[in-house]
Amino acid sequence: MSDLSSNAALFAPRSGPLARAVDWIIRHPRMFVFLLVLPITLWLGIVYIGALIALLIQSFFSIDEFSGVVVHEFTLKTYGELLRPYNLDIILRTVAMAASVTIAAAILAFPIAYFAARYAKGKWKALFYVGVMLPLWSSYLVKVYAWKLVLAKEGILNWIFAKLHLTWLLDGFLSLPVIGGNSLSVSYIGTFLVFLYIWLPYMIIPVQAALERVSKDLTEAASDLGATPRQNFRMVLLPLALPGVVAGSIFTFSLTLGDYIVPQIVGNSRLFIGQAVYTQQGTAGNIPLAAAFTVVPIVIMGIYLWGARKMGAFDAL
Amino acid sequence: MHSDNRSPLALKLAAFGGLFFLLAPIALIFLYAFSTEEKSFQWPPPGYTLKWIGVTLGRADVWEAMALSVKVAAISTILALILGTLTAAAVARSKFFGRETISLLVILPIALPGIITGISLRSAFSLLDIPFSTWTIVLGHATFCIVIVYNNAVARFRRTSGALIDAAMDLGADGVQTFRLVILPNIATALLAGGMLAFALSFDEVIVTTFTAGNQTTLPIWMLEELVRPRQRPVTNVVAMAVVLVTVLPILAAYYLTKDGEHTAGSDK
Repeated sequence: MSDLSSNAALFAPRSGPLARAVDWIIRHPRMFVFLLVLPITLWLGIVYIGALIALLIQSFFSIDEFSGVVVHEFTLKTYGELLRPYNLDIILRTVAMAASVTIAAAILAFPIAYFAARYAKGKWKALFYVGVMLPLWSSYLVKVYAWKLVLAKEGILNWIFAKLHLTWLLDGFLSLPVIGGNSLSVSYIGTFLVFLYIWLPYMIIPVQAALERVSKDLTEAASDLGATPRQNFRMVLLPLALPGVVAGSIFTFSLTLGDYIVPQIVGNSRLFIGQAVYTQQGTAGNIPLAAAFTVVPIVIMGIYLWGARKMGAFDAL
Repeated sequence: MHSDNRSPLALKLAAFGGLFFLLAPIALIFLYAFSTEEKSFQWPPPGYTLKWIGVTLGRADVWEAMALSVKVAAISTILALILGTLTAAAVARSKFFGRETISLLVILPIALPGIITGISLRSAFSLLDIPFSTWTIVLGHATFCIVIVYNNAVARFRRTSGALIDAAMDLGADGVQTFRLVILPNIATALLAGGMLAFALSFDEVIVTTFTAGNQTTLPIWMLEELVRPRQRPVTNVVAMAVVLVTVLPILAAYYLTKDGEHTAGSDK
């Protein structure tokens, strides 16, 4: 727009106050840009960022243990509370879940993305596109609900295991310590499966985008020079796909860290960070502790994004 | 010498297995909507019926939740269209102080976990004594819908040649005419696509909404209550199917709109 100001002398005076006002604004590019970004600055810069900062400030307040009233004085007491074994367990549990979901999503996404990028043509390519987009954009709650149907005791998964006479295998799996439970829908395995399903498309898309850019000549040259398929994968494909994997992991990791609905519906009664935030601000009425809990995913994601940036993941988005 | 174009069998199996994993649960939703079973999630369904579609259509609470969701999504989309387009126009076509900050600011509400956006808006509302209403839901939704419109609009603005605007003004069009006759037709399909995606996102949102809704029930909140305490499984099955249709159809439409919109007037120079 800046070059328009040099044309200012060419403008004929216009009739009507609106047209004249518009002309005046266009002849002052700085004013024009200022007016364009004013609403967003007011909305996000002041309302949203203001709300975020107000929340963070509250994490430095504490709650009076007898009266339950928030004490508006600077203290690190709430962060001390965050490090108690019970709360620390919540954080570790959530991070472990986010990490395993991310790793599983990367492993599952790679063949889908590679096949779609390299071998699928025409109709098949469209099928893979829709196959990833449909679950990505379907309602989040409907996807959780679908897994309630799948994992129910009388549901399809148990039915398949029974038909294959493999119920003993499923029972053996569920009797494993920590990850097992009474049934699939109240175990960590169930929670893990639902998370994996819901966030998998967020991994496939950047990995596929990274693989689309890998020229076929590269892998062919590698095998011509005597690389085995395994070497080819490890030394050519994987390094080139890695920024895509890291970009995808930002989504799978961050989304798992903040979710509080999946573990509430499919899982045992042990809390995740999101649920802890929800109960602390709701029924427990401890806003400072809830605020301190929200700082955890912000800090983890901050470190994660900093590392991802160094690996060049943002170019793959 | 691996110059053939056939994929290894193991890769093929893994890829199609993955695709099955992605699509089967959604197919299940469509089957269960017609199941005659009322009390459990029994598989295979003992029989199929259209009865529950009729029952759901007669449910006032479902319709009220649906109406609120449509209203919230429509207002949030309009707000997001205005704010997103203005911001995209500024960021795409000029360099100014704070430009990087603004493009980061727009992405922040979806980059941070939804629970953080939700809880900070909620505590801000209580701090400022704002009572919960449809407008507090809209405020939350518009905040994360802006980025969807912005992304679509900024890509289109970059492809639209600035010379078109200069030419229109040289030929005597005033600012309003230039906007209406030159800029708007160029960005229209991008805005339509962005608007549809924003609508789908708002229609489906539950995490931020639980914090900003007070006692009001949007359709996702209705679903969430059913998920936590199932009372009427057959109706929930039908609602789930309807929600898939409402969110997926705009997505497909948006895909077709942007797919053919790659060649925009003035972009070839």
